[in-house]
Amino acid sequence: MSVEKRVLFRSRWLPWLLLAPQVIVISVFFFWPAGQALLQSLQQQDAFGMSTEFVGLDNFRNLFGDESYLASFKITALFSVLVAVCGLAVALLLAVMADRVIKGAMVYKTLLIWPYAVAPAVAGVLWLFMFAPSIGVVSYTLQAMGLDWNHLLNSKHALTLIVVAAVWKQISYNFLFFLAGLQSIPKSLIEAAAIDGAGPARRFWTIVFPLLSPTTFFLLVINVVYAFFDTFAIVDATTHGGPGKDTAILVYKVYYDGFKALDLGGSAAQSVVLMVVVVALTVLQFRFVEKKVQY
Amino acid sequence: MSKTKSLQLAAALLATSLAGGAQAQTEIQWWHSMGGALGEWVNDLAKDFNASQKDYKIVPTFKGTYDESMTAAIAAFRAGNAPHVLQVFEVGTATMMASKGAIKPVADVMKEGGAKFDPSAYVPAVAGYYTAPNGQMLSFPFNSSTTVFHYNKDAFKAAGLDPEKAPSTWPEVALAAAKLKAAGHKCPFTSSWISWTQFESFSAWHNVEFSSKNNGFGGLDTRLNFSTPLHVRHIENLANMAKQGLFVYKGRGNAADASYVSGECAMMTGSSGLYANVKRNSKFAFGISPLPYYPDVAGAPQNTVIGGASLWVMAGKKPAEYKGIAAFFSYLAQADVAAESHKRTGYLPVTKAAYELTEKSGFYKANPGTDVAVVQMIRKTTDKSRGVRLGNFVQIRTIIDEEMEQVWGGKKSAKEGIDAAIKRGNEQLERFQKANK
Repeated sequence: MSVEKRVLFRSRWLPWLLLAPQVIVISVFFFWPAGQALLQSLQQQDAFGMSTEFVGLDNFRNLFGDESYLASFKITALFSVLVAVCGLAVALLLAVMADRVIKGAMVYKTLLIWPYAVAPAVAGVLWLFMFAPSIGVVSYTLQAMGLDWNHLLNSKHALTLIVVAAVWKQISYNFLFFLAGLQSIPKSLIEAAAIDGAGPARRFWTIVFPLLSPTTFFLLVINVVYAFFDTFAIVDATTHGGPGKDTAILVYKVYYDGFKALDLGGSAAQSVVLMVVVVALTVLQFRFVEKKVQY
Repeated sequence: MSKTKSLQLAAALLATSLAGGAQAQTEIQWWHSMGGALGEWVNDLAKDFNASQKDYKIVPTFKGTYDESMTAAIAAFRAGNAPHVLQVFEVGTATMMASKGAIKPVADVMKEGGAKFDPSAYVPAVAGYYTAPNGQMLSFPFNSSTTVFHYNKDAFKAAGLDPEKAPSTWPEVALAAAKLKAAGHKCPFTSSWISWTQFESFSAWHNVEFSSKNNGFGGLDTRLNFSTPLHVRHIENLANMAKQGLFVYKGRGNAADASYVSGECAMMTGSSGLYANVKRNSKFAFGISPLPYYPDVAGAPQNTVIGGASLWVMAGKKPAEYKGIAAFFSYLAQADVAAESHKRTGYLPVTKAAYELTEKSGFYKANPGTDVAVVQMIRKTTDKSRGVRLGNFVQIRTIIDEEMEQVWGGKKSAKEGIDAAIKRGNEQLERFQKANK
């Protein structure tokens, strides 16, 4: 970060005007709903909104008095780490491969980017079919290999299923950014290292990977946010949080309590907790991980 | 299509829409959750009613699953444009009853609409579920089902069992399952709706309480109490069957239905409303028989409890619209219409007259098994068997699913699973009681 670009505006209102569209979009689609959630988290409402009662922190007290809610923090942490790590690792591997492909690169890239267009619920159903205990392709293969697949009653299997579906859905996005990152690395650097006698693995770890770190960092943040917020449809379509509550990640409970159980106050309180967790995680990532990033 | 032709078409469309407007028909929006064959049934009901008179027009709209359409209606109500009529599943009943300002009792709608309305004409076990403690009928019983035992006659024959004699007790179910397994069957027995079939109906069938205060009919301070030795014994039996591969868990809700219809599972406890689906899609001879029971329990079998849905009328509409709704409900309750619906779907007949009409037509003789649900339901109910009506019922059913998954998976014993379900379920009941003072 050597040279900072600075643009000076002569007029006072022009920068505000230029910012306005973005500010409006963020206010309407983020700040307003977030404010509503904060307000609702302090209220108890009947389903139809006929009576609203201010209950202070009761909703939060209920939440933290519930053992299964506390347990779902652990599950969510495990799930998010698995989704972020697997998603980044696989996407990076694919991007490095794709970067080297010369013939048919377009086809290869298009196929890899395709899953991004699939809605999470559809992705969930897709994998559910493949892993269905009696009719699924994958579970059939696993059974042939001697593994009795049953995600309905085995929590490890259930967790594997939602991680696979969530990762698959996100790989395209990660892939796209990694590929762009790889292509912006000057070829001369790699060639120079090759001339110096560095093998492909060494070239990757000492040159490519450090130069990719801004992209990796960005994707890490995005993937954690994705795992925390955007995965409820996958869980809803595949395991419904089961067996027991073993795959009931936090955001699924927000969805379930709000939209199935119609407990809007409780659901809003959970979304506030979730928001705090993700903000804290993002701050942590910026404070500690970003130091290792080379721009 | 040529240009003149499309112009002509546009003109024709315009003319018809103008003509429709001039007639000043009162439109009544009806949101429902009936997909597939049942969706066709709902559309036919609306079409036939609309053709039978010209003052009102029922407009049915499919809004997704039961919980989706309920959520949609609530959002619409908050925005001030709720539908007139909403189909709500039985577990949503307590929520609707507690939302006094949002709904208009059916009894009032009928009275104000000037329609003839006699609550005693309806099948008591069905209508009773939708009736307030003061005797006022709050919603219109539309599609009610109950829990029955489905079995695959071909699989029975192949396993050396008598296909005409379904197991009538739980010990017999276990024996039949063992024979099916010995004959190579991978899924001898499964069940849909664990809470509804193995707890709620199971309790009523043995005339024991599922929840105190007459299963919630007697007040909001009801608490779950299905931890009797009978309940524990039953869940232990099922867990043992699961361990031996005799009972195969196929998931929550009605997920097991598909594995029975496809022929994968040979026996199943589930909804009587599955009849239409089995009849249309299964490739085997099927049988329907009463829910199994434990023969050593005095008073068993009693009666089973209902599932399905009823029609709720939303508050804040115009008098003319309520008149239309009253006319429509009267139409649905006509003996011939209700009997036709019953025969077509496998749902219970709404009125006693419809049941008698169906019996007279010889339908039950021609379609063995279709009368099982009716016979199970039409008995005189007791306070313990009238049905189960709880607040936060959606959550309680999920809690029971969750805890039972731990039992089937061998992580908890039957007693531990039941106790945990009761503890967590009672928290939901307490919260509902508090929220509705």
